[in-house]
Amino acid sequence: MRNALKPIAIVAALVMSHGTAVAQSTADDIAKYREMIADGNPSELFEMEGEELWKTPRGPMKATLEKCDLGMGPGVVKGASARMPRFFKDTGRVQDLESRLLTCMQTLQGIDPKLVIDGKFNSGERKTMAALVAYVVTHSKGDKVRVDMTNPQMKELYALGERAFYYRTGPMDFSCATCHGEDGKRIRLQDLPNLTKHEGAAAGWGSWPAYRVSNSQFWTMQHRLNDCFRQQRTAEPIYASDVTIALSVYMAAKANGGEVMTPGLKR
Amino acid sequence: MNRILIAPLALAVAVLSIPAHATSPEELDIRARQMMKDSFKDHGIAKTYRMLQLDFQQACSQAKPPSADVMKQIEAEQMKTIKWPADGKYFGDWKEGEKIAISGRGLTWTDKAGAENGGGCYNCHQLSHHEISYGTIGPSLLEYGKVRGNSDEIVKYTWGKLWNAKAYNACSNMPRNGDAGILTEDQIRHLMAYLFDPASPVNKR
Ligand code: HEC
Ligand code: HEC
Repeated sequence: MRNALKPIAIVAALVMSHGTAVAQSTADDIAKYREMIADGNPSELFEMEGEELWKTPRGPMKATLEKCDLGMGPGVVKGASARMPRFFKDTGRVQDLESRLLTCMQTLQGIDPKLVIDGKFNSGERKTMAALVAYVVTHSKGDKVRVDMTNPQMKELYALGERAFYYRTGPMDFSCATCHGEDGKRIRLQDLPNLTKHEGAAAGWGSWPAYRVSNSQFWTMQHRLNDCFRQQRTAEPIYASDVTIALSVYMAAKANGGEVMTPGLKR
Repeated sequence: MNRILIAPLALAVAVLSIPAHATSPEELDIRARQMMKDSFKDHGIAKTYRMLQLDFQQACSQAKPPSADVMKQIEAEQMKTIKWPADGKYFGDWKEGEKIAISGRGLTWTDKAGAENGGGCYNCHQLSHHEISYGTIGPSLLEYGKVRGNSDEIVKYTWGKLWNAKAYNACSNMPRNGDAGILTEDQIRHLMAYLFDPASPVNKR
């Protein structure tokens, strides 16, 4: 794991400098970086921390998460995130990985979801959440995205997610579609996947959550969406709110059948 | 005879394909709008009122653009918002213009109130011969002045486009820099110079 640290600095330099003669997309730099670290993604550190947290008794109820049901039975982690978001009978709601983990933390450990919902990224219980997510999503790597679009609640959220995706608002009149609605577009040198089509959605949805080289942070999908809304100049989406679940269902449904590459490695 | 048979059949198929609690598109529209209000909170300068759509924003919020008539109507309304330079002065300093074109700062919840915004032009456009870090959401504007010339018509069009892009293309992806208060009149003058001045790297190699 030690060795991974040096290449991080190199790629950060690669990604940050635009001074080269030829316009190169960030994706090319990331590809170089992937080669450099051949085995192992720095997110392994987060995965290990997450596994530890999963098995450690925590919260007022001093329990572990080992009985958490991510949709495939209590304690089953393998393949679980590839099938999320999904409808859960016990809560009567469609949940993404993070909102489901909130349910487990509350019911098994007695941890108040507000600690995450009202928290800050990269600190406190949201940091714990990111590590848990890193642990869970690693166990779907190589699987296929398989969300159940025959479920009526999922269908309804897809329809809401589609509306959210095209919803233009705010001082810059942006929607998700402004930046992610066409093939082959970029912002500065950053490639923008077309999330309205299978290929783009599979590439985008399939590679998040991810380790971000530019800031050495592990970002969950809630964090990714939060930052895209920031760039869209909207108000801030509430953590695990309906709009975040609906957009996740929309993207996952478009990505269905694509490869799960989580945790991804990003700029 | 055929007619009579087909009608009830079509009805039966329709009924079967709709699950018991299916929601109509109109109901989903209402729920989506509610969701866009309820799912957000104020953060710094980014307040929840930003989630309320202007009429044209709502008309431009589908995968397909609205009808040609609706587009025309929106464009006519947006045209009225354009503020033409009172002193007839369209051009500022291209060097200032370049800074504004490069900066994508402003109006997010991590920005401060009252801070000067950038135009973020390079997020979407190629402009100069030298800056290779440019986006492609909009067309290349390389050699804009050199290619378009500087007739009154093109100068006025460009000022209008920078002030309110929706006046010329109702559902344009380009922000309404002047109308939405993203840029000041002076900043737009600098950008005009950046686009038209023969000495600007947009036009000069
Ligand atoms: C103003 C432009 C902009 C808007 C609007 C925007 N995004 Fe993004 N999005 C980006 C950029 C830029 C990236 C790449 C980020 C990076 O490399 O740091 C990105 C990345 C993503 C990714 C990851 C793609 C990948 O392949 O890594 C997803 C998923 C995504 N956005 C979803 C959304 C959704 C959903 C919305 C609407 C809520 C949205 N975005 C709105 C600019 C935008
Ligand atoms: C979010 C992306 C985006 C941003 C930011 C943006 N534009 Fe645009 N711009 C576009 C698109 C898309 C078009 C073409 C479609 C249209 O005409 O609306 C366009 C068109 C134009 C045109 C008209 C080109 C022609 O051939 O008639 C000019 C001039 C222009 N932009 C200048 C600017 C300047 C200057 C800035 C910075 C203040 C800017 N744009 C910021 C997306 C953008």
